[in-house]
Amino acid sequence: MILTLTDVTKSFGALKVADGVSFSVPQGQALGIIGPNGAGKSTLFNLITGNIAPNSGRITFLGQDVTQRPAMARVRMGVGRSFQIPQPFEGLTVYENLAVAASFGQGRSEAAVTEDCIAILRDTELLRLANTQAGALSLLDRKRLELARAMATGPKLLLLDEIAGGLTEGECQALVATIKGLHARGMTIIWIEHVLHALTAVVERLLVLDFGKVIALGAPTEIMASKEVREIYLGMEA
Amino acid sequence: MRVTTSTRTGRIAGLSALALVALALALPAFASRAVIQDLFTILTLLTLAQLWNLLAGYGGLVSVGQQAFVGLGAYAMFAGVILMGLDPILAIPLGGLAALALSIPTAFFAFRLQGAYFAIGTWVVAEVTRLLIAQWKTLGGGTGTSLPREATSDILGVEPIRVLFGLREAAARDVLAYWLALALAVLTIAAIYALLRNRLGLALAAVRDNTEAAKSVGIDTTRIKWAVFLIAAFVTGLTGALIYVQTARISPDAAFSVTNWTAYVIFIVVIGGIGRLEGPILGVIVFYALQQALADYGAWYLLTLGLIAVVVMLFAPRGLWGLLSDRTGLHLFPVRRRLERIDLEGGK
Repeated sequence: MILTLTDVTKSFGALKVADGVSFSVPQGQALGIIGPNGAGKSTLFNLITGNIAPNSGRITFLGQDVTQRPAMARVRMGVGRSFQIPQPFEGLTVYENLAVAASFGQGRSEAAVTEDCIAILRDTELLRLANTQAGALSLLDRKRLELARAMATGPKLLLLDEIAGGLTEGECQALVATIKGLHARGMTIIWIEHVLHALTAVVERLLVLDFGKVIALGAPTEIMASKEVREIYLGMEA
Repeated sequence: MRVTTSTRTGRIAGLSALALVALALALPAFASRAVIQDLFTILTLLTLAQLWNLLAGYGGLVSVGQQAFVGLGAYAMFAGVILMGLDPILAIPLGGLAALALSIPTAFFAFRLQGAYFAIGTWVVAEVTRLLIAQWKTLGGGTGTSLPREATSDILGVEPIRVLFGLREAAARDVLAYWLALALAVLTIAAIYALLRNRLGLALAAVRDNTEAAKSVGIDTTRIKWAVFLIAAFVTGLTGALIYVQTARISPDAAFSVTNWTAYVIFIVVIGGIGRLEGPILGVIVFYALQQALADYGAWYLLTLGLIAVVVMLFAPRGLWGLLSDRTGLHLFPVRRRLERIDLEGGK
């Protein structure tokens, strides 16, 4: 198991945003997370990355207990994340965005990461924009940059937060193809997404979150057929 | 494919800068004492502006309390001369060290605050320091004091300059101070430029653009802010000590003046162009020209400065250099990493 959460709980005041969450992700798997707005999906990511600390429970990554480790240390261990709303370093070029992420995420010199960055730019179809200032990018390219920058940190586990949201169908398919390519080469992925067909095109397992609780975990076809999930998530009468 | 920061304009600018520095070094041979004194002021303001630009423009730390480090640096130099009998030149490093020592507790306190609260927090620290220093009776208390005559009469290095240029002693002292100010300004700019070309420069820009995202790629944002704040304080302290070696007379109100050491400096950086090395250089020239042109108009001088600052912020938020650079693509100190290949868009 590359990542294991055991009984992780987090409250903001009276609101439980993670309520006894337990699950594991094996090496090389792609896990999708779905759930209504406010179910605690992004909070779950923040707990995994270390941006917020749980009130109780345990998080292990690569066999080590990382519950108390700061976010920066987890990045260096190999937890890479993309933000729901793209947060590029706007004053830097696309290439520089990757170079800084690679250099600090992997603790290597700038010169040593150049080749890696170029390969990632090629994979994410950003190479032609390498010298463009990130602030000037279109939404699709900003999303690509989120993915590319997360990749540049040298992750062993990649967390994608609604990366397909807001894209046109064609753009979405292009991005899905890129993510599929990364996964095919062995990248472990956890992906939060509302665009279900994008998600189910890639992931092997789906986790459903509601009010901070894991209410279902299993194969996508099973989950989507479950009566409970359809009621909660899709708001359908079964 | 390769990555480069080098450009043709950058190389030309580098050579011109070297020529300019050589000219500036030789200047005391043919310039009047008034010119040397004016240049001393310009160079020390330029150093302070580059340091404030490093803090605010690159580190995102908008400090309004840099006068704390100018003032304490100056007073530490005075203490070295008056209490320890040091040569004023040798006492200058004490200024840097004292400012560095003050910057550590200041950072502990001020880094708990964000944005405008941080700015005000640093100002409070500066005021507290000024009030404490004003209690120090040996160094003149609230009214201030002068460097003793025996300390200024044979400052290290003045005698050779006096003989070399055939000057009177006071003028030779100005030449020495001018050379030190030139060295400090050039070294500061060179060091900041080297920092920006290093990977730490990228990290600084990342922290400035988006602190949360910077953390998410493994940048230790806290450590970077500490480093920038401490370095800026140290060199600001050295500059403060040097300024008061030249004036040889100190008072808490002057040494801890928010107008002279922070407001003017912010004006210089903002109108020149924040977040660029060229900004403070252009800014200090504009500031000096305005000061000369408006010197006889009293309060109108400050009103005009304020008005110009507002207009520049509204219509050229990246300063005059930003405006010029956006129009022409000119960068005198290129730091941008460019991936070189013929089919890439946006080569600038």
